[in-house]
Formats: sequence, structure tokens, C-alpha cells
Amino acid sequence: MSSNTDFLLAIEGLTVSFDGFKAIEGLNFYMDESELRVVIGPNGAGKTTLLDLICGKTKATEGSIKFRGKELTQLREHRIVWEGVGRKFQNPSIYEGLSVFDNLEASYPEGRSVFGALAFKRDEQVVQRIHNVAREIQLEDRLDMEAGLLSHGQKQWLEIGMLLIQEPELLMLDEPVAGMSASERQETATLLKRISQGRSVIVIEHDMEFVAALGGKVTVLHQGKILAEGDIETVKQNKHVIDVYLGH
Amino acid sequence: MDGFTTQELMAILAMQGFAGVSFFSVLLLMALGLAIIYGQMRVINMAHGEFMVMGAYATYLCSITLGQFPGMTDYYLFLALPIAFASAFAMGYLVEWVLIRHLYHRPLDTLLATWGLALIMQQGFRSIFGAREVSVTVPGWLRGSYQPTMMIDIPLNGIAILVLTLFVTLGVWWLLFRSRWGLRVRCTTANREMSGAIGINTKRVDRMTFALGCGIAGIAGAAFTTISSTGPTSGSLYIVDTFLVVVFGGAGSLLGTIASAFSIAQAQSVMEFFMGGSMAKVLTLLTVIAILLMRPEGLVASKVRR
Amino acid sequence: MTLINRLFTGRHASLGGIALLALILIVVMPMALDLYRLNLAGRYLTYAFVALGLVLCWGYGGILSLGQGIFFGVGGYAMAMFLKLEASDPESTSIQTTPGIPDFMDWNRITELPWFWVPFESLTFTILAVLTLPAAFAFVIGYAMFKRRVSGVYFAIITQALAVVLTILIVGQQGYTGGINGITDLRTLKGWDIRDDSSQYLLYYLNAVLLIGCVLIGRWVLSSKYGRILTALRDREDRVRFSGYDVANFKIFIFCLAAFMSGIGGAMFTLQVGFMSPSFVGIVPSIEFVIFAAVGGRLSLLGGVYGALLVSYAKTLFAEAYPQLWQVMIGTVFILVVLILPYGLASVVDRYWPLLRSRLPLARRSSASSSSTTESRP
Repeated sequence: MSSNTDFLLAIEGLTVSFDGFKAIEGLNFYMDESELRVVIGPNGAGKTTLLDLICGKTKATEGSIKFRGKELTQLREHRIVWEGVGRKFQNPSIYEGLSVFDNLEASYPEGRSVFGALAFKRDEQVVQRIHNVAREIQLEDRLDMEAGLLSHGQKQWLEIGMLLIQEPELLMLDEPVAGMSASERQETATLLKRISQGRSVIVIEHDMEFVAALGGKVTVLHQGKILAEGDIETVKQNKHVIDVYLGH
Repeated sequence: MDGFTTQELMAILAMQGFAGVSFFSVLLLMALGLAIIYGQMRVINMAHGEFMVMGAYATYLCSITLGQFPGMTDYYLFLALPIAFASAFAMGYLVEWVLIRHLYHRPLDTLLATWGLALIMQQGFRSIFGAREVSVTVPGWLRGSYQPTMMIDIPLNGIAILVLTLFVTLGVWWLLFRSRWGLRVRCTTANREMSGAIGINTKRVDRMTFALGCGIAGIAGAAFTTISSTGPTSGSLYIVDTFLVVVFGGAGSLLGTIASAFSIAQAQSVMEFFMGGSMAKVLTLLTVIAILLMRPEGLVASKVRR
Repeated sequence: MTLINRLFTGRHASLGGIALLALILIVVMPMALDLYRLNLAGRYLTYAFVALGLVLCWGYGGILSLGQGIFFGVGGYAMAMFLKLEASDPESTSIQTTPGIPDFMDWNRITELPWFWVPFESLTFTILAVLTLPAAFAFVIGYAMFKRRVSGVYFAIITQALAVVLTILIVGQQGYTGGINGITDLRTLKGWDIRDDSSQYLLYYLNAVLLIGCVLIGRWVLSSKYGRILTALRDREDRVRFSGYDVANFKIFIFCLAAFMSGIGGAMFTLQVGFMSPSFVGIVPSIEFVIFAAVGGRLSLLGGVYGALLVSYAKTLFAEAYPQLWQVMIGTVFILVVLILPYGLASVVDRYWPLLRSRLPLARRSSASSSSTTESRP
């Protein structure tokens, strides 16, 4: 059981219950480095809860989450971020009153303590890095714009950018294309494929077309347990998956 | 506790316990109203104490009016209760319409605005009734006390208030959990948009809930007159305690509110005997705050997955 | 360099605005007002310290404290204890049963100076206490609450309850605190009469300079990355937390800073007014401090100062003549500000100042710099 040091992320026997209701039950989940993984499943399957557990938003009732061999279940949220785990929420969660530049700077992984933030200096290196990330998410010409004025899709990208600037080793995205137009979806798929070079990414998604466009291994969750795992074609053929999720 | 025999100690506990009952009753009635309002719309009503005072003054007016008619003096309370409720209810209805409905989703601002309202109401009372405290003549049938043993002496008005409180609490329980209207209230609390979509007039529900909470404060005011005299600022003395009761009980839980009102009132009352009123209050407040810090969700947490 | 740079580029209170404030406080008011009025103004300005703190922690941090009187009181009482001990030398208290202790202790049959009074015989200790005790109190309160994620309305109510607790303690333990009357009859500081004309002027100037210093500190904090994170966590606490920040520490810091400023205000109050009493500690003063910040503008440091001056002045004006009317007025102001002017007078100035400015022929050329006066608003 414990030879999980080869994995980037190794979740074993994970259970969480809310007043007896087990949203996740005895889950085992492993991820390699530089892997892009898509998690699908019907509503209430425990997908978002799984991300909540990894990033520390919800505390596990039982089980372990090891990231690079380090136990995450005992760490506080910001420490988990320091370990290299980034989380994007389902609804775009950005600072609407601040400019795009300030949004990215607020996530810049320096000056994270109170006094560090007071002494933080916006030097050339910081500005350069912010520009690089902004280019990646196609917002370089919007850096001075108030973030609240961005389109829905751009807000989603900005939040992805806010994670990228921290250079996480594991990036978790909760339905990143919800509410996006078809062309935005296409661009997001390209973006995700590009940023998964050199880091691991977990994506929660409903849209099977988008899942297919991403490629990568698929995990199907159902009632807090893993129903099937494998590449998309195998999963699509799986009888249980068709029964509970995809439909006939 | 040297200096007291066990028997004396028991008697003290029982007496102080019953002295605490009146305090418990007023506190619970106040907290019920506040908890309903807070649970329903996350609005903190800093003027809640003033609604109580309104009920108290209404009771006072009833007592002097009926005092004009010989033979009626003893029964003014039966008239006063509905009037106290109705006047505070009407005022609450008006306040929601003029002020509160503009401030949903801004809980801290509501707190400040209702504080302003409290100041205005206090001044209103002072202009109408004067700065001096007024008191009612407690009806003859509420005077005197019940003596189960030689050492224990329980005032009748305390028992009467307790009975009244039990009735009101039961009424609130029935209204919220057994009536059609309560179902609408709980729907709105759980999911405002959905409730609107299925045809519940959520604005009306809000207004009625706010008014109801204020009305119950009015009843608390009527009960208050039997244990203390009423002045323009009487309500502000209760407001901090009432808030702590609501928060301590776990907002939105009827059972929690009752338990927390009971424990706060009893702790205060029993400690009062040994260390005097002000230190008892300090110790009670600090204990409640300390427990709250250990259990920020209050005694009875609402079971919602977040 | 960064420090100086930030002082000049910060947008949370324009440097011109601060210079204007300095001009008003240091030149205009001493010239325009007689000593009695100036002393009153100095007293109002001590409240401005608290209002500044509230702008920082409530306006920018979203932490509404209804117990700022605690910190004003701690600073004020620390100073009052020192002055009282100096006023209670054995010679001038020789008629007491126990000479050499404050008169109210003697009245309450206390025969020995309580241990926590002893260090306040030293001025150095007292100044240190004024500067650190309020922040230390705030640290304990903030640590206990923010680490457990108590916030919003709960935080407001618990701070209010703490203000009640402190008031009851001060009033109840009159042998140690002077009770409801407070600590009175304060005359000299190291032999220097704080009540004669020249010292009143000096104290006024000291107060004004300290206040401007606090405005500059606030401006520096807000224009740092810390300031942006603070605003961010007011609006999206979870995003900040999951960007790798320990949110509780950020809240504790701003709460302590607000307490620090309030404490200085309290000490300056004691020095200028000559007494300190529980009526500046409890619920009512605490909420009055909030209204200063609300009227001036919760997102404007300068607004907090002007709010404190304006509301206190109005209070003196009306409360003397029509005490009843005043209470209704202040209540109405509370409601109106919240309902129609949530960002206070500063938002009015922000809106109309650029317009006014562009009409002035002289300033037209420099209108490019006028954008620096606008505040960031959620």
C-alpha cells in the first residue's frame, strides 16, 4: 500500500462524511507527474468534494492524501498551496475591483506573509513574469483593465493565470469551460493542453466533447467511489458508466 | 463554598434558579424574535431592544387606561399582550418597508442603520413618556409567591412569565415548522431564488418575518414590565445579551436558542448571588465568548454541507 | 526607496490632500480658533485616530469592530495612570489615610498601590504601554477570533460584548480604576503643567503631527501589496486563502494597527482633556467612532479625519443646545449614510472634485494628475 512515493499524488482510503452522508467513500486515486486527468461523473458524485479535500477546504474523515510523499490532510490551506497545489473554483473567483495586473500580482508567490507583503517590491522580474502569464492567457492587452469588466471566459482564464503565476505542480480546475462559447472552449482546451506540459492537471468536466478534446486519462466518479478509469474510449464503452452517467 | 450547608446551598441554587427564570423568559422572548429575523435574512436588528421597550410602554398604557375602570385593573395584561404584540409588529412592518429591504446582503450596514433607528426610537420614547422610568401595578393575582419549603420562595409573576414564554415558544415552533406559512419561510431561507421561482412572494415573507420577530419582542416587553420598570433605554441593556444568546445557540436553531437563553440566564443568576451582579455579568459574557470561540457555529449547528 | 516612492504614488489619500489637511490642522485652525475651541478641536482629532483605524480595518479589510473604545480606553487609561501617580505624590495627598496613592484608592480603603499600577510610575514604560498595549490586546482578540474564522457580524457582536465587559470591569472595580468617574484631576507631566496655555498649544500640535503620521502610515500600508491583498480578502476571502496566504494573519495585522492608532488617540485625549473615564470605552463611544468613519467615508483615510471633526463639532453644537434633537439627528445620519451614501462624504468629493477642478482655469493644465484622488471601490 505505501509504495506510493513514485506518484505525484496518491490518495488512499479517503472518506469524508457530512452527518453520516458519505460524499467520498474509501477512494483510491493516483496521479503521475505531468499527467492530465479528467474527472467526470453525475451530479453529487463527489467531484468537487474531491478537489475540496485535496486543497484542504474540507477536512477528510479518514484516509490519506500524499503529495510528493507529503501528507496534505494535516496541512492548513495556504500551506497546501505552498506545497505546489493550485485550485480554480467553479465560478470565476477573481478580485473584480482590482486590475488584471493587480489580480495576477496578488497571486505572485512572493510576499505571502504580512510583513513580506508590506515589503514586497514590484521589480522588473515581477512585471516581466506577469506579462508572460498574461500573454499565455491572452490578456496581455487588458492588464490595466478592471477585472470585473472582463467577459465570463476571460475571467475564467484570468483565474487560471492567477494559478499559473504560482507555478504549481498540480493544478485543479473545476469545470473551467462552464458557460463558455464554443470558440472559447476550443481555446481553453488548447491552453490546458499547453499548460499541462511539465505539470499535472486535474480537470472536472461534464462536456464529453471537451473531455475528448483534452485527451488524457479519465476517472469516472459515482456516489463517492470510482466507477471506472482509463482512456476516454474505454470509459465510453464501460457498461456501468453508460448506465449511471452517459446514458444509452 | 464554605459558610453554607448543603441544604442552604441547594435552597440558594433553587431560589436563584427561579430568579433566573424571569430573566430567562425575557431573554428567550427577545432572542426568539432576533433569531427568526437573523436566521431568515441574516439581518442583525440592533433596535430589537427598542421594540421590546415599545411593548413595555404599550403595556404601561393599557395598565393606566384600564386603571380608570374599577374592577378591570387586575386584567389589563390580557389586553396588553395583544396590543404590545400588534404595535411592535406594525412598527416592524413599517421599518422593514422603509429601511431593511434596501439593505439585504449588507449585514454590517444593516447593523449600523438599525443602530441609528434605535437612537431615534429611544428619543421618541423619551419625548413621549419622559426620561423617568415608569412601572405598572402588578395585578393582585400575580403578587405573592409559592413556597414549596421553608427556605424556597418562588414569586408568582416569574411563573406566569414562564408559562407565557412557553406558549409563545410553542406558537413560534408551530408557526415555523407546522404551518403553511412557516414552510414558505423555511423555503426562502434555504433557497431564495428557487422559492421565488415556485411562486413564493419572498419579499412578503421577509416583511412578515421581520414584523413577527419585532412583535415577539413586543411580547417580551409586556413580560418585562412585571419584573422591572421601563425607561427609554431599557432595551439597550438587553441587546448584547440577546445577541450572544442567538449566536451562542447557533443561529436558526430553536432548540439551541432555548438552551442558550437558559444557560446564560441561569449562569448569570446563580453567579450573581456569590459575586454580585457586575462580576457575574463579566464572567458570563467572557465564558460565552470563550465557548463561542471553541465552537463558532454555536451550541446547535445547522446541518448544511458547505 | 520603496517607502518614499509609495508615499508619493499611493492613491488612497493624495499627497495634496494630506498637505491640505496638514495646512488646516497646523496653520489654519490654530489661527482661526481661540484656545478653548482649539482644545476642543484637538479633542475631536483624538477620535480621528480611531476613525483612521476603522477606515483601515472596516473599510478596506471588511472587519467591523464595535469595540474600538477598548483600545482608545487602554491607551487613555495608560496615560491617565501615569499622570495620576504623578499627581498623587505623598505631599499633595498628605491628608489621605495612605498618602502617595491616588485619591480614589484611598476612598476605597486601598492601602497599597496595586501591582499593575507600579510600572506606570515610569514615563518610559507608560509611553511603551500606550504604543504596545492596545495592539497587544488586539492581537489576543484577533488571534482568538480570526484563527477560528470568526468574522462579519459575529466579530462585530463579540467586540461589542468585550467593550461591555471592559466597561463593567472599570466601573465595578472602582478602587483600582476610579470607577464611573474615571481618573480625574490630571495636572502635570514630569512637572510640566499640561493645562496652561502654551502646553495646550504644544499638545495640540503634537496631536496634529501624530495624526498626520498615522495617515501616512495608513497610506503606506494600503499602497503596498499588503493593502491590495487586504482589499482582495474583503471581497474574496477563499481565493486569497487558496492563493497561499494565511488570511487570519492579514486580518490580525490590520486589527492591531487600528488598535495601535486608537491607543495613541486615547493617550492624546487624556493629555489634552485632563481625565479619562469609562464613558469613552463602552458601546456608545465605540459606535460613535464607527459613525465618524462612515460619515467621512469608509474608504478614505482623510475622510475618516474630517468625519471625526465634522460629526464631533456638530455634536458639540447641537448637543449643547438641543440634546434631544441631537440623538435623533445622529440616528438619522446613520441611516442616511448607510442607505444613500455608503462611502461617505469622500465619495461626494471624489465625484465632484475633478469636475470643479477642470473648471478652474489655473488647474486645467495639471488635470492629468487629478485621477490620483479616486479611490478603489468594490
